[in-house]
Amino acid sequence: MSQVKTKLMQGNEACAAGALAAGVCFFAGYPITPSTEIAEQMALHLPRVGGKFIQMEDEIGAMAAVIGASIAGAKALTATSGPGFSLKQENLGYAALTEIPCVVVDVQRLGPSTGNPTAPSQGDVMQARWGTHGDHPIVAFSPSSVKEAFELTVKAVNVSEKYRTPVVLLLDEIVGHMRENVSLPDKVEVVERMKPANRENYLPYKLDQEVTPLIPFGEGEYYHITGLFHDESGFPNLVPELVTKKMDRLMAKINNHKDDLIITDEYALEDAEVVVFTYGASSRSARRAVKEARAQGLRVGMLRTATIWPFPEEKVKAVAEQAKAIVVPEMNMGQLIYEVERVAKGEADVVGVNRYNGEIITPEEILQKVKGLMNGATN
Amino acid sequence: MAAVKATPKAEVTIKKDWCKGCGICVHYCPKGVLAMSENLKAEVKNPEECTGCGNCEIYCPDFAVSLRRIQ
Amino acid sequence: MLQINVENLRMQKLPHIWCPGCGNGIALSALTRAIDKLGYDHDEVAIVSGIGCSSRSPGYLNFNTLHTTHGRAIAFATGLKIFKPKMKVFIVTGDGDCTAIGGNHFIHAARRNIDLNVILFNNNIYGMTGGQASPMTPFGRTATTAPYGTVERNFDIMELAKAAGATFCGRATAAHPRLIESLIVKAAQNKGFSVVEAMLPCPIGFGRRNKLGGPVEMMKYLEENSVRVQKAQKMSEEELKGKFVIGEFYNKPAPEYIEEYDKIIAKLKK
Repeated sequence: MSQVKTKLMQGNEACAAGALAAGVCFFAGYPITPSTEIAEQMALHLPRVGGKFIQMEDEIGAMAAVIGASIAGAKALTATSGPGFSLKQENLGYAALTEIPCVVVDVQRLGPSTGNPTAPSQGDVMQARWGTHGDHPIVAFSPSSVKEAFELTVKAVNVSEKYRTPVVLLLDEIVGHMRENVSLPDKVEVVERMKPANRENYLPYKLDQEVTPLIPFGEGEYYHITGLFHDESGFPNLVPELVTKKMDRLMAKINNHKDDLIITDEYALEDAEVVVFTYGASSRSARRAVKEARAQGLRVGMLRTATIWPFPEEKVKAVAEQAKAIVVPEMNMGQLIYEVERVAKGEADVVGVNRYNGEIITPEEILQKVKGLMNGATN
Repeated sequence: MAAVKATPKAEVTIKKDWCKGCGICVHYCPKGVLAMSENLKAEVKNPEECTGCGNCEIYCPDFAVSLRRIQ
Repeated sequence: MLQINVENLRMQKLPHIWCPGCGNGIALSALTRAIDKLGYDHDEVAIVSGIGCSSRSPGYLNFNTLHTTHGRAIAFATGLKIFKPKMKVFIVTGDGDCTAIGGNHFIHAARRNIDLNVILFNNNIYGMTGGQASPMTPFGRTATTAPYGTVERNFDIMELAKAAGATFCGRATAAHPRLIESLIVKAAQNKGFSVVEAMLPCPIGFGRRNKLGGPVEMMKYLEENSVRVQKAQKMSEEELKGKFVIGEFYNKPAPEYIEEYDKIIAKLKK
């Protein structure tokens, strides 16, 4: 990757730039704060590269159009925020079951309901996981800087194609609207949609392989796609044994590739007694807090994850075994902390630092919590 | 003396497995070629009357009736 | 078969799931004949549907077929068509799917005049869920969710489509299968958003509850109460009460969405 362009840009702009770099050639969306700049950027740039942009009548239609375009062969992406993300959920489940690659960007804002459209939040991490009905696999990334918004958008598009799955990109209002000076590569690694080696007797949903290449509509193999449970050919089939096999394969195609999907980074972790587990914009405050704690001679470290789903279980487990306490700062009332508690299994105290009023979590708040824990207090 | 029979223009066949017995083909046959059988499925009763109008085939909601042109 | 090209059907998936006398099969048959007349290759045709009885149609058709979520067929088809304009896209949708849950997508696709063909299978009722009232259940008719008769006025989809911007609108009934077929041909030939309404009997979910008789009686009812659009123009409002106007309602070209967007792409290339 050669670094050529250095530019002051916004997280939402970087997300759009990442989408274009990854080969996204279709965008359908609906205006919603604080994500709208992504749609505006795509409207501006897509027709210049021969791509297509459409502003749909609502977020439900935008999600549907994205899936429709992907079925026709497009790398397709949509962007929204909390209320719109809720509207997209049914069709997100459709994409999961029918295994249609697509990316949904959710620039999180304070909820529930209209909440505070211009304030940041990390309130949609569980909606990303469980927002649509029924069990299903999902991949979700969450960047904490403008540069990472670019990188993870590329990664999201690549992962969606590689595993034939919808991917959620969880920005938040801070990362989306923040401007940073970033150097972006002029070329990135791009995963193209798999083509089947042998077209004879094409089956779009083979049970004996994790991911079957998806031949787009209009390219020689006409077949059936349905949101009903289906057999290998794609036709409805509700036989319980077949449903079990389909669901097991769906989950396995993600769960067997955690190494490829989970991105984390560590800071001052080696001898840490208290570890801050963090993600998204909150990790910026967390990093500052840990730096300050170290300057004061406290053995504090940080584990940041850029991958929300699948959850980085192994990393968190190792931290729980090493540290006496894990601090989880989140701009919500405590969501991903449940995963940390589940994985820690009581090996370490797990304590949240939470803001759910539209304000960011400051380094001081995290530092205070850390210091309290170092002194033996758990709350 | 037997009445002179008309020459049928087409041959009608009914897929009994697909026929759901709605009676629509019988209604739309202008010549009474088709009738409902005792087991409530359409059957060909007067094949020689068929004019080959094609109604039965295109009105059948179940793709159960098919015509073959007699040369 | 003489008039139906079995190559257009997935014969191994038949017989279909619909009830005896259901009009869906008559409209489906007309659709296969229309596509045959249009001479399209199998691979350039996409049939997109939502949820409901009629939305099970694509499974029986031997083309690229997409069975989507409730009400969203037009939105899925919009993405498909925009990205691959060479596809000939037919949307098979029911009255509930298209005009209730999918109503917003319907009017906006019409407004855009995007080159899609909506074949609306109107049986006046939610059949799949067992006979609930839809926005096209005629005023006063009963349904499981309107046990005392619906007090809601029903949509006239021809008027709605035309007002929203559709450039081809036509209506026929199951009693006029050749008209359904020819309207679908014309709809496909129109470069823009086309709507063909096929009024179909639902003897089990609608007819029985409303004492309209069996399949044949319901077909007769459609036949006897249909008036051609040319004749209807000479009739008074009073005379048209309880009648269904059938035929070609509207056919007037207007700028088509994809062509207009492509002009922008071409301009930016220069």
